[in-house]
Amino acid sequence: MSEQALKELGDVIAAKIGGDVLKVEVRLGELMVTVKRPAILAVLTALRDDPATRFEQLTDITAVDYPDRAERFEVVYQLLSYTHNRRMRVKLATDEDTPVPSAVAVFSAANWFEREVWDLFGIFFENHPDLRRILTDYGFEGHPFRKDFPLTGYVEARYDEDQKRVIYEPVRLTQDFRAFDFLSPWEGMTNVMLPGDEKAALQDGSKKP
Amino acid sequence: MSMTVSTESATGVVSTGPNGAISASGPETKTQIKPYTMNFGPQHPAAHGVLRLVMELNGEVVERCDPHIGLLHRGTEKLIEYKTYIQAVPYFDRLDYVSPMCMEHAYVLGIENLLQIKAPLRAQYIRVLFSEITRILNHILSITTGALDVGAITPALWGFEEREILMEFYERVSGARLHANYFRPGGVAWDIPDGLLDDIWAFTERFPKFMDDLESLLTENRIFKQRTVDIGIVTKEQALDWAFTGPMLRGSGVAWDLRKSQPYEVYDRMEFDVPVGLTGDCWARYLVRMEEMKQSLRIIRQCCKEMPAGPYKIEDRKVSPPPRGEMKRSMEALIHHFKLFTEGFHVPAGETYTAIEAPKGEFGVYLVSDGTNKPYRCKIRAPGFAHLQGLDFMSKGHMLADAVANIASMDIVFGEIDR
Repeated sequence: MSEQALKELGDVIAAKIGGDVLKVEVRLGELMVTVKRPAILAVLTALRDDPATRFEQLTDITAVDYPDRAERFEVVYQLLSYTHNRRMRVKLATDEDTPVPSAVAVFSAANWFEREVWDLFGIFFENHPDLRRILTDYGFEGHPFRKDFPLTGYVEARYDEDQKRVIYEPVRLTQDFRAFDFLSPWEGMTNVMLPGDEKAALQDGSKKP
Repeated sequence: MSMTVSTESATGVVSTGPNGAISASGPETKTQIKPYTMNFGPQHPAAHGVLRLVMELNGEVVERCDPHIGLLHRGTEKLIEYKTYIQAVPYFDRLDYVSPMCMEHAYVLGIENLLQIKAPLRAQYIRVLFSEITRILNHILSITTGALDVGAITPALWGFEEREILMEFYERVSGARLHANYFRPGGVAWDIPDGLLDDIWAFTERFPKFMDDLESLLTENRIFKQRTVDIGIVTKEQALDWAFTGPMLRGSGVAWDLRKSQPYEVYDRMEFDVPVGLTGDCWARYLVRMEEMKQSLRIIRQCCKEMPAGPYKIEDRKVSPPPRGEMKRSMEALIHHFKLFTEGFHVPAGETYTAIEAPKGEFGVYLVSDGTNKPYRCKIRAPGFAHLQGLDFMSKGHMLADAVANIASMDIVFGEIDR
């Protein structure tokens, strides 16, 4: 699939869906369309049923957490067209409190995909028939794939001989969790002024210390 | 498993079943069966791992089936976010532990797409060769344990012998029978040892005999057909709607194989056919898998024949480490080695969804890079996850034992479903 053909497809989609498309990108030979959150059902239906697009299968739904953004979550829908042999991605933004319309009515497969996103990221899907946790344990608290959830988690399980059952306890690390910052010092120093740097700025003539 | 049956006579006496089901009183004799909720698993030999099913049964007929998964959830995707790109490769072996190298394949292709590099031709051939060995490895397990679930024990005994031979090839090339950790961004970890191709060729000459034996045991076997024909029928529309891929999709008559339709590596040079099922039932999926093994054999032979000479990984020292000998002599090589195995390489910011035709279906990796040495997000799209959620509609109206046949025909492995 050439970049040019993908760009044309992107333009076709943008023209069809109109005002609900925020951005159309082609990167690394892959088409990405960012849409407004409330329009997602209309967009998915249009992409599925329109003869020019025919994205018949919802391959996957996932989310990416960007804690710095105003709407921190990006929900990503991967679509595949068997008729035209094309792939594309539909994205939308949301935060912890704003629900996303559930795609189960359009694609049955969305059921578990959305349950997984709810479980791991805590993104709520509106009108989902059965929004339960799916991958984490019964009674689990929190949403582990958020960036502010620690890798080690908060609790650990062990079998308690007295109570004769598995109990949860706050996680206890015998050694501190080691997160090495492997970023090269040169790359980490790009925005830092070290003593003496002001001279370079002076020679440049652009800035005074 | 039991069910509650209460009968009442014409005299209007109300009887209570063992579970307290009380039938309504009426003048005529009738039998009322109360739906029964049954727990299947998580430790059950036919569950192919830690699958817990909560089933609603009407007598022996499945009315609803709710798979509870996640008992093997290890948070692989989260762990990968804390590892450099090379350190994350072994996690992929542990996803679908029946076909490890195919999982690695999707991941390294994703990284190569982000880095915009391409593995040398020999590496591509080696990867394709081992992807197809993996496919046979996977299908032998899938078919024979599936046969075990419906009552045939011999195929499993014979099949595991063949798998052991294939895993020896794994061991010779990577040092490990199962968790190979062999593919690398930009190539493979080591070159294939001398004589391996000859032995693989010898295997391809022996293997059709095993296929014939297996077919004579199963394909037209009366009991096997009774248990699989017309069981778990999936129509073409359902397969698309439920995101089915791989043999689950081809069994329903969709001629779709990523190796053909979106060829990666050297699959466009290979000659092979894509088998398609006609009926969409468990038997069709079994037939598709059998034929796929034969086609894999063809690809393996072509790889052995055409295997080109040359480097087995990319020569770019910013991505692939220098050979050991060079490190002893060259300061530059030593620095590169040190940097690669502590810091790893940096991947330009971007995102990609890379999918391959894994033995179980479309295995995809959605990689988001923020320009550092670790993936910002790595979402693994496992085919089994989508297949398992279809178990409910596939098993509805079937007997309990047919639900087991359905699970077997989906080729469920919990490493990839629970991640």
